[in-house]
Formats: sequence, structure tokens, C-alpha cells
Amino acid sequence: MKAPFAITLRVGSSLANKTGAWRTERPVYVDRLPPCNDACPAGENVQRWLYHAESGEYETAWRELMRDNPFPAVMGRVCYHPCQTACNRGKLDEEVGINAVERFLGDEAIRRGWTVSVTAPPTGKRVLVVGAGPSGLAAAYHLRLLGHEVTVRDAAPRAGGMMRYGIPAYRLARDVLDAEVDRIAAMGVTIELSSPVPDAAAALRDFDAVFLAVGAQLSRRTEIPAGDSARILDALGVLRDVSEGEPPLLGRRVVVYGGGNTAMDVARTARRLGATDAVVVYRRTRERMPAQPFEVAEAEQEGVRMRWLSTIAAADGGTVTVERMRLDETGFPRPTGEYEELAADSVVLAIGQDVDRSVVATLPRVSVADGVVQVGADMMTGQPGVFAGGDMVPSPRTVTAAVGHGKQAARYIDGWLRGEPYAPPPRHPLATFERLNTWYYSDAPATVRPTLDAARRVSTFAEVVGGLDEGSALFEARRCMSCGNCFECDNCFGVCPDNAVVKLGPGERYAIDLDFCKGCGICVTECPCGAIDLVPEET
Amino acid sequence: MSERVRFFQTGSFAVGNRLLPLDARTVQSDPSRSNSLTSGHRACRGCGEALGARYVLDAAMRATGGRLVTVNATGCLEVFSTPYPETSWRVPWLHSLFGNAPAVASGVATALKARGRTDIRVLGQGGDGGTVDIGFGCLSGMFERGDDVLFVCYDNQGYMNTGVQRSGATPPAARTSTTQAVGPEPGNVFGQGKSAPLIAMAHEIPYVATATIADLHDLESKVERAMGFHGARYLHVLVPCPLGWGGDAAQTVRIARLAVESGLFPVFEAERGEVTAVSPIRHRVPVEEYLRPQARFRHLFEPERRADVIDRLQAGADRNIERFGLLRAEERFGPPLGEGS
Ligand SMILES: Cc1cc2nc3c(=O)[nH]c(=O)nc-3n(C[C@H](O)[C@H](O)[C@H](O)COP(=O)(O)OP(=O)(O)OC[C@H]3O[C@@H](n4cnc5c(N)ncnc54)[C@H](O)[C@@H]3O)c2cc1C
Ligand SMILES: Cc1ncc(C[n+]2csc(CCOP(=O)(O)OP(=O)(O)O)c2C)c(N)n1
Ligand code: SF4
Ligand code: SF4
Ligand code: SF4
Ligand SMILES: [Mg+2]
Repeated sequence: MKAPFAITLRVGSSLANKTGAWRTERPVYVDRLPPCNDACPAGENVQRWLYHAESGEYETAWRELMRDNPFPAVMGRVCYHPCQTACNRGKLDEEVGINAVERFLGDEAIRRGWTVSVTAPPTGKRVLVVGAGPSGLAAAYHLRLLGHEVTVRDAAPRAGGMMRYGIPAYRLARDVLDAEVDRIAAMGVTIELSSPVPDAAAALRDFDAVFLAVGAQLSRRTEIPAGDSARILDALGVLRDVSEGEPPLLGRRVVVYGGGNTAMDVARTARRLGATDAVVVYRRTRERMPAQPFEVAEAEQEGVRMRWLSTIAAADGGTVTVERMRLDETGFPRPTGEYEELAADSVVLAIGQDVDRSVVATLPRVSVADGVVQVGADMMTGQPGVFAGGDMVPSPRTVTAAVGHGKQAARYIDGWLRGEPYAPPPRHPLATFERLNTWYYSDAPATVRPTLDAARRVSTFAEVVGGLDEGSALFEARRCMSCGNCFECDNCFGVCPDNAVVKLGPGERYAIDLDFCKGCGICVTECPCGAIDLVPEET
Repeated sequence: MSERVRFFQTGSFAVGNRLLPLDARTVQSDPSRSNSLTSGHRACRGCGEALGARYVLDAAMRATGGRLVTVNATGCLEVFSTPYPETSWRVPWLHSLFGNAPAVASGVATALKARGRTDIRVLGQGGDGGTVDIGFGCLSGMFERGDDVLFVCYDNQGYMNTGVQRSGATPPAARTSTTQAVGPEPGNVFGQGKSAPLIAMAHEIPYVATATIADLHDLESKVERAMGFHGARYLHVLVPCPLGWGGDAAQTVRIARLAVESGLFPVFEAERGEVTAVSPIRHRVPVEEYLRPQARFRHLFEPERRADVIDRLQAGADRNIERFGLLRAEERFGPPLGEGS
């Protein structure tokens, strides 16, 4: 062949030189478990749904979320978001506002009427769910998706459990709750209301499996020496009556006894019902209060007063006597013998809830410890075919944990009904902050959700915390660093000095061309989200 | 300066981003990029120069629509890319000598002009030895005559191809094979060496810029901008050398980033002798963070920490920060494009 002008030697391409032979280590693409996913009690794939939300594909994002949790709009209002506490971005600037985006997606779904259809073939199996709280409804939703016939029975006239009769409307608007419950019913789940199930053993005769989710609905009492004229109520009763539109008469001066979230909710409710003076009496200090700090803060903004280190010694018409406490070395509150009188038209007890175990009374194999029903890792009680979850079993007692139990139970029930025990998939190792190369993330402080004016709050049960508009939700979703999961930033494809990374196209990620990869590890160091490992070559 | 995109988690800094419009992505994110320097070259694992050259040439190829001729000085880039009978170049490429690349590039540009092919552009390239030292006379002549050439120096701060000898771009205190870490002032001496970009600016040529392989958007936009000018232009790119600097191959890009974030390597651009923009330091780090991962500075930490020398290097970084306004960049030049709205 004749060479072109001035060319005397014909050259070949360096592609003939397979530099992959130099390699002692090789890059391997991995998926790691983002801390948000790891922390979500409902097992949501947070990183994944944020990924879709980032692209503005809200419906895809919502459907991804719905794989694990049928209550995005409720979650976006009441979940205490441990995902955010765990979020790696918190170590960089501020955690991603996951919960706010979740609410946006949930509200968007309601606004646009997105629904879920059941595609699994019918299994012919019938499952009874006892209790239409978050745990029971979540179990029903997942069981229905798996093709089972599901009946939910609840003693109350409306579905929702504590989401309806506990959590006040100023934190969870009832039309939102209705929409998400109705969506589950529309999937073909039969919800029978005002239908208490007194005996699980009897129910087991009519159904192939039973899921118990009766919650912890009994208000704990305490002995307070009280005169005849003292007005003493329990918090759950007050909140239930308010939810049913029959608010009780509390008077102008209300003393709430307890330091948990229920105490905060009832004190804030009292303010909305017209109490000029709502005082929370708690025997320990602020730091030791079980209530969430944001709830204490919101209560204080609304004029609720706190009396730490105090117990109620006696109550009478118009006054309560409180005794000052002090913490001993072990942090336990001890009486001091110093008393004080507080003016009070009523006292509301919010000192904890117990589980009504009568539903399992006829099932001797079901064991109870510490007042709650015991279940195995498969959510099954000692009675084969009877599963339980939510507040009635050992649990952090949150809506999210209840929903997570419902999902887990549904999977185990499904396995049990099919005779193929469910084995949870192995969890990826954690995507730790140290694995990230955060230089690549733009500086972006968190967005703040709008809140209702404190002055207006005390006169209305309208929601205190508002939602994000689309722009802010999108911005917030885009603050996610996609920890441990490739988000197709092209960095590895770009930074390889040897062109040894192949881009496979949108959604298909990348591959290493081992013919040329020298194993330098630059792609590993420069992957923003830590989705590449460098592993020794086998020699 | 590249246009910074707001609110995409990595839109401003990563190579690509699935959410960005195609024209706002880098050349390198494009699967059909030219790969001007293709696989199979014999550069060391993690070579910054190989990476920098591909970044620059792919961007130049896009900017010129593929009508580009390159002229290469002797050095690693030439040697590792063209051991006969192989070549890694997918661009027209010429090599003559160590010291004459700018002159050859001038000649190519003149020849093209004589043939009426001014649509074909010329890019000369070489290492810091070939550019800052031995080729400097030719380079200055090229600047002075205003030949239509973009000359790119890949600065790895030493004569790497022949065994890591000191060059006029080697930083003070660095150990090279000709500046050993011995005696009371180990490594390269303070007070010598030169800044080729500042000397280039003194020629008042249309465009001078510095860049690194740690900020691709910035580097590509500078190549594109340089190609928008005619006449002599100069681009000085910091390209860490894992072998010569004694750094972990995986850290090549990171070390370049630390050079910028510490203030030791100011990133700026200038037109006709005036600085027109600087890249602000995003997260300032002490020079020590840059020095520590490099074996060529190990004698500053072992057997004992040489605080006196580290302080002198820090003073150099502080001077750069002050001189170029690396922390106050936004005040001097306004916010980066795209962030104003
Ligand atoms: C005031 C208050 C505020 C709260 N705020 C929050 C919050 O902001 N965030 C959060 O995550 N968690 C909050 N919680 C906790 C959360 O509400 C509960 O952890 C959660 O509702 C438990 O769900 P569950 O399904 O187990 O039970 P529940 O929600 O209690 O539902 C149990 C259901 O079972 C029904 N039932 C009971 N016995 C029978 C029977 N024998 N037959 C048929 N039906 C029966 C009940 O009527 C009820 O509907 C709050 C709780 C209270 C009380
Ligand atoms: C006139 C002449 N002197 C010396 C050499 C030997 N030589 C070849 S490459 C090189 C060093 C190149 O250094 P630099 O330009 O910085 O490029 P690098 O290899 O560091 O990329 C030397 C000294 C030569 N080829 N020609
Ligand atoms: S940055 Fe994103 S993926 Fe990482 S923990 Fe936070 S929400 Fe999850
Ligand atoms: S950057 Fe390229 S050569 Fe280096 S390890 Fe990654 S794929 Fe291999
Ligand atoms: S560098 Fe970017 S594209 Fe490559 S694996 Fe990591 S996230 Fe994915
Ligand atoms: Mg060099």
C-alpha cells in the first residue's frame, strides 16, 4: 500500500497494546445502602425515590415510594424522619429534607388522583386484619398487592387508628388521611368498621391467616388523690372526642400530666379549644422528655407552659397540688416535700398507653411480656397463622414503625400462606460519609417548610406546617447525594486517563474495559457517591 | 470561566449530569467524544498528563469541528503515546524536537495560512521542561509574532520523562533527582523558577489561562474560549505525576484539587495582559494537606516536621490568594455566570 505524502512508516493504533495487563487492582461498581434507607422504619428506598423526584418524574418517584409505604402524604406530615437524622448530607451542610419531599409527592398523588392497581393473580387465600390503624392498613395494602383477599375489621366508626383518633388535625389534615385510606380500599380491600374482633381464635376459623394490629389504645391511669369536684380526663379520650367533633369542656386553665408527644398534642389542643393557660407538668427535665424536641418547641410557640421536675400530688375542683422533684445521681426523680398549688379547671392525664390483650386471651400459645404481645422475626405470634405488629408488639410506637411492621408481616404471611418462607434479601453494606467525594456537590443549604403564624395557630386546627411548592421540592430532592448508588454523573467515564470506562447509556450505567484499565483507582476516588470499589486482582 | 449551574447536586462540578441539557454538559461526558489520546498508551497508572491532554484536545476538537493539527514537544506525552509502530493519537500530530515545538507550531500555522486554510487551527503542546525551560525562546517568539497557535503546557513540575529532574516549574522544597532532600534546605531551592503564565501575560497576547485536571468544566471552557481568539494564546494546565511526585495513582485528581484549594496553584484567565477572572477557592485547605500525600515532600514531615519550610510554602500560597483574590473572587469579578439570577 502506498503511504501518503511525507509518510514513510505506516503506524498502527495503540489499541493493540492491552494495558489491562498492568493491573494489580480493579474497579468494581457496587450498590451500597444509603443511611437514609437504612434508617427508615418502613424500609423505604429513599435514595431511589429521590432520584426520580430529582428528574421531576414525580409519579415514578411516588410509585417507588409506594412499593414500601402506602401513606406518603401522612408520612410527610407525622413521621419523625429518622432518615434525615441519618442523612449523610447533615455532615456536609444540612440533611436533605426527605420528609418534605415525601409530603410533596403524597399531596401531588392525591391532587392528581394517582392510584395503585393489583396485578398479582388471585391466590384464593383470605386474610383477616384486626385494626385499621397504620399497621393494619399497611399490611392489608401489601397483602392485597400480593393477590390475597383481605378483610380489615375495626372497632371504631372510622378507619385510621391513632392517625385519626390520636394525632390532631393541625398536624394531619383529615382529608389527606381519608384520601390515602380510600385509595387502599379502592384496591379491593374490604374495610368493616364498627366491627370489633373480640377473639382472634374464633377469627382464625374463617380465615387462612390473621394479622393483629390493635395498637396501644388504653390510657394508663395513675392514683391521684382527688376531690369529688376535680375534673380528670385522659388524653386519648380528649383527642378522640375532638376528632369526632365533640370537644370536651376543659375550662380555661388546663393541666396536662406527662412528658410525651401525647402530652404535647393534648396541651396544644387545649389551647385551640380556648384554654388561656395550658401547663404541662412533667416529673423529669426537658432533656429527659420523651416528646420530640420540635413538638415541645411548637407547643411553646403556641403558649403552652412547661413545669419540669414536678408531679401532681392531689387535685381538687379548681386547683392541683404539685410537688417539686429533684433528680438523684442516677437521674431518677425524687420527691422534695415542697408543694405548690396551680389553678386548674381540669387535669388531663397523658402518662402512657397500654395494649388491650383481650383479643389474644383465648390463644394460650401467644406469649405476652412487658404488656406487649411477643412475635418472632417473622412477625408471627406463638400461634401459627396469627401475626401481629404495630404498637401492640415491641416497637418504638410510631406510625412509621407500624407501617414497617405491616409490610414485613405481609411478606411473611404471604410466604407462610404459600408454604415458601419469606427470606429477606441481604442488605448491602452501608454507604458511609467517608466514601463520598463531596467536592463535587454544589453548595446548597436546605429549604425550609412554611409554618403557620403562631398567633393564628391557637385559634384553628388548620395544619401548622405547610408543604413545599414544586420548585422547592425539586431543589430539595436534588440536594440528595445519592450515597452509594450511581446517579450517572459521568465522572468515572470522564476521569479515566486510559478511556477504560464505557458509558452504557441512560439508566444503564457504566462498565470497565478491562483490556485497558490499569487499575489506577482514579475513578474510585473521584466517584462522588462512593459507588466504586477497588479490589485486588487475583494473581 | 465556565458557566456554573445552580441547584443540580453535582451539575457544576462533575463530568456530566443526567439532568443537564446536552449543550451544558462537558465534552468528556459525551460517549462520542474524539478520544484524541486513546487507550493503550503507555503512561503510568493514574497519569495526570495523559488525562489533561485528552481533556484539552477533545475540547479543542469540538471547538474546531475536528479541524485541528497538533505539534508536540519531546517528553512523556510524546514518548508514551508513540512507541513505533503504535500511536495513541486520533488527531493529526507532529513531533520534532524537545525545544522547538512552539516554532514548529508557528511554522504549521504559517503554512496553513499560505495555503488559505485558516479554518484549520494549530495547537502546540509540551511538558513544563519543553515549555518553561528549553522551548522558552521559541515560545516567546511565537507570542511576540502573534502566530495563530494555542500553546498548551502540561505542567507536572519536572522533567519526568528522563527521571524527574528539576525544571523552572518545580516548586520550592520539592525533592527531584537533581534537588535531593539533603542538607539544611532540602529539596528545590526557594526563590528560583518562574511563572510562565505571568511571563506570557507580559507579552500582552490575546489570551492566557491556567487550569487543572481537577475542574473539567473550567478547563474545557478555557480551551473553547482560547479557540475563539486568533493569534498566540497560552494555556498552562497543572497535571500531577504519580511517579515524580510520589503520590498514590488514585489521588492524581485530588492532588490537583488540593493544589488549587490551598492557593498554591492560582487558576485564572487573562486577556491582553490583564487578569479577567479567577476561580475562587471553594474549601480552603492549609498547604500541608496538599504536601502530605506526596513523597517528594516527605522530608518536610519525616524524620521531623519542618515547620519552617512548611510555613514558607504557606506564605507562598497566602501571597497567591492575596495577589489573585482567590477568596474574594466573587467580589472582584461578580458571581460566576448562572448564579446571578
Ligand atoms: C396523640 C398521639 C400522637 C402521635 N403522634 C405521632 C406522630 O406524630 N408520629 C408518629 O409516627 N407516631 C405518632 N403517634 C404514635 C402512632 O400514632 C402509633 O404508633 C400508631 O398509630 C400505631 O399504629 P397501630 O396500627 O399499631 O395502632 P393504632 O393506630 O392504635 O390502631 C389500632 C386500631 O385497632 C382498632 N382496634 C383495637 N382493638 C380492636 C379490636 N379488638 N377489634 C377491632 N379493632 C380493634 C382500633 O380501633 C384502632 O383503629 C402518636 C400517638 C398518639 C396517641
Ligand atoms: C535537546 C534535548 N535535551 C534533552 C532531551 C531529553 N529529554 C527528553 S524528554 C525530557 C524531559 C521532558 O520534560 P518535560 O518537558 O517537563 O515533559 P514531561 O516528560 O515531564 O512530561 C528530556 C530532558 C532531549 N530529548 N532533547
Ligand atoms: S444524601 Fe440522599 S442518599 Fe445520602 S443519606 Fe441523604 S437522602 Fe440518603
Ligand atoms: S480510572 Fe481507568 S484505569 Fe484507572 S482504575 Fe478506573 S477504569 Fe481503571
Ligand atoms: S462516578 Fe458517577 S457515573 Fe461513575 S459510578 Fe460514580 S456516580 Fe456513577
Ligand atoms: Mg514535566
